[in-house]
Amino acid sequence: MIEIRQLSKKYKDADRYSVRNLDLTIYEKEIFGILGPNGAGKTTLISMLSSLLKPTSGSFTIDGLSYQNEMKQLKQIIGIVPQEYALYPSLTAFENLKYFGSMYGLKGSALHSKIEEHLEILGLGTFANKKVHTFSGGMKRRVNLIAGILHRPKVLFLDEPTVGVDVQSKNAIINYLKELNQKGTTILYTSHHLNEAENFCSHIAIIDLGEIICKGEPKTLIKEHKEAENLEEVFLARTGKALRDYA
Amino acid sequence: MHKLWASANKEFLLLTRDFGGLAILFLMPLLLVITITVIQDGTFKTLKESKIPILLVDLDQGTVSKNIQENLKTSDQFEVIAQPTEEKAEALVQNGDYQLAIVIPQNLSKNLKQKVEENVSGILDRFGMEEENIPLAKSIIEPKEVKLYFDPATQISFRNAIKSGIDQMVSKIETESIYKAFQEELTDDPQEKIFDTQPFITFKEIAPGSVSENNVIPNSTQHNIPAWTLFAIFFIILPLSINMVKEKNLGTFVRLRTNPVSYATVLGGKTIVFLSVALIQFALMLIVGVYLFPLLGLPQLSVAGKLSFLFLVAFFAGLAAVGLGLLLGTIAKSQEQSAPFGATFVVILAALGGVWVPVFAMPKFMQVLSGISPMNWGLNAFYDVFLRNVGIIELLPEIALLFLFFLITTGISIFYNERKNAV
Repeated sequence: MIEIRQLSKKYKDADRYSVRNLDLTIYEKEIFGILGPNGAGKTTLISMLSSLLKPTSGSFTIDGLSYQNEMKQLKQIIGIVPQEYALYPSLTAFENLKYFGSMYGLKGSALHSKIEEHLEILGLGTFANKKVHTFSGGMKRRVNLIAGILHRPKVLFLDEPTVGVDVQSKNAIINYLKELNQKGTTILYTSHHLNEAENFCSHIAIIDLGEIICKGEPKTLIKEHKEAENLEEVFLARTGKALRDYA
Repeated sequence: MHKLWASANKEFLLLTRDFGGLAILFLMPLLLVITITVIQDGTFKTLKESKIPILLVDLDQGTVSKNIQENLKTSDQFEVIAQPTEEKAEALVQNGDYQLAIVIPQNLSKNLKQKVEENVSGILDRFGMEEENIPLAKSIIEPKEVKLYFDPATQISFRNAIKSGIDQMVSKIETESIYKAFQEELTDDPQEKIFDTQPFITFKEIAPGSVSENNVIPNSTQHNIPAWTLFAIFFIILPLSINMVKEKNLGTFVRLRTNPVSYATVLGGKTIVFLSVALIQFALMLIVGVYLFPLLGLPQLSVAGKLSFLFLVAFFAGLAAVGLGLLLGTIAKSQEQSAPFGATFVVILAALGGVWVPVFAMPKFMQVLSGISPMNWGLNAFYDVFLRNVGIIELLPEIALLFLFFLITTGISIFYNERKNAV
């Protein structure tokens, strides 16, 4: 589904690569977690795959579509849920979703019923006509998620989709993402919540300083590290305990 | 097309949800045009109707100074307040208590009379009309200066108008003195009218192209509405660029970049809505000029038979303004960049466009710069319609330039965005 070959990104004026010669294959219907400390290159990788950043070198394809030649078709099959809410605060949840749905060519009653359906599933049915600026962080996160999946993408990129939300919202989001995955959506996800990733992801890759340092199924990785009882301990064993601060 | 309308609908919703912004967008331009016109019209009225208090120091105490005083009083522009000394008058003007002091020098009447009589006698002597053919000894009379003290804070235009008026008055008095001297030399009967002293040459202002019996001279409204409307239309670059910068900060622009929608479509939605705002602004300005101005005692705006051309010009001027706003919004990274730059740039464009100072009165270099200001093209197009009564053919060059400006600025915006965010 996603083929990444020797993908690198070095920002202008940066003294190191954010992503360096990264090779990765993500198969259809996988929930693939990209984990790593701050500055590891997670967001840079997702930004390149979702057409926001130009790779310095290397290439990738998604469902056989190349970012270099088939960007328009590629954008149609991917969905992005960014870390920021990326919503218009003065518009209602329905108006926001109607607009972003329209950008994927959805329209009319089909679009309306899709919006209503998703809002209902994520517990926002009664808030459809409320302005987003009145919403809590968790509610905004859920609208943010719907805006990325209205068009039923084949591949969904999620950049820390549960950051800063309450347990109930997190639970609703994760359950809904699992449902989407069961219906055929491949998910690429980044998070700092390692317990969440351990339970949610079918496969993970831990990256540090732009390179993959280990990858596989969470349970397998835990088994491989004898001293580790969970993914967090694997993570610390592979990335170390030193603070990662970058400016 | 569906995406374009969805974008326009979103922009419309965003705009209508911001009541404060909407009010500012529509009310401030109206307030601007009303304020400017009332001030300008009031300035002319001040000069014509209400009296400006001025100081007069009469060191002459003769017929000429009395004549000047009479002329000043009958001009209906000034309230003459006598001051005994030049020093006191100068101090009062320096302090800003009065805008003007006129000092009539000592012996002005006596010396003028003497000078004129000498000249008249000399002329008559040349014609052999003097009774005694003995040449008069010419006295040395120094030219006299009427001193004008202006408050340093007064505008140059005000000073020039006053100086010109006093100059005319003094010339008239001098001429009358000459006529009087001839009269006295040529006849002993003071009742006998030898000279017709009424001005032979007078002026009549005619608007070019107007029918003689319907000579309508452009008033302050006809000048102000187009100039300040255009200024307001171009101010749309501020809310538009701020709208775009806000989208960047909200992250919605980032989301849109991942959506299968072109930047041109996103800009198209903004263009439709902000162009509509510009046209509504324009319509409100016209309504104010036609209906509100007469109620405020200002000259009424005449739009009869010109509406379609006026809206045509407003449409293309609006497009040019929107294009500039799109470019600024694309390039600016923060509101701190877009707002001050946008506001200052519009003022510069307005200055270059001839909103304050006519282009013909500018230095050559500025005239060249003015030629590349979209506000100058728009202003000329509005003046063409409002004041010169031209047709579509004459308007074409100006509206073509405005449209070209829109295409170029929008094209640069798209190109810049593609280059910056190229994948």
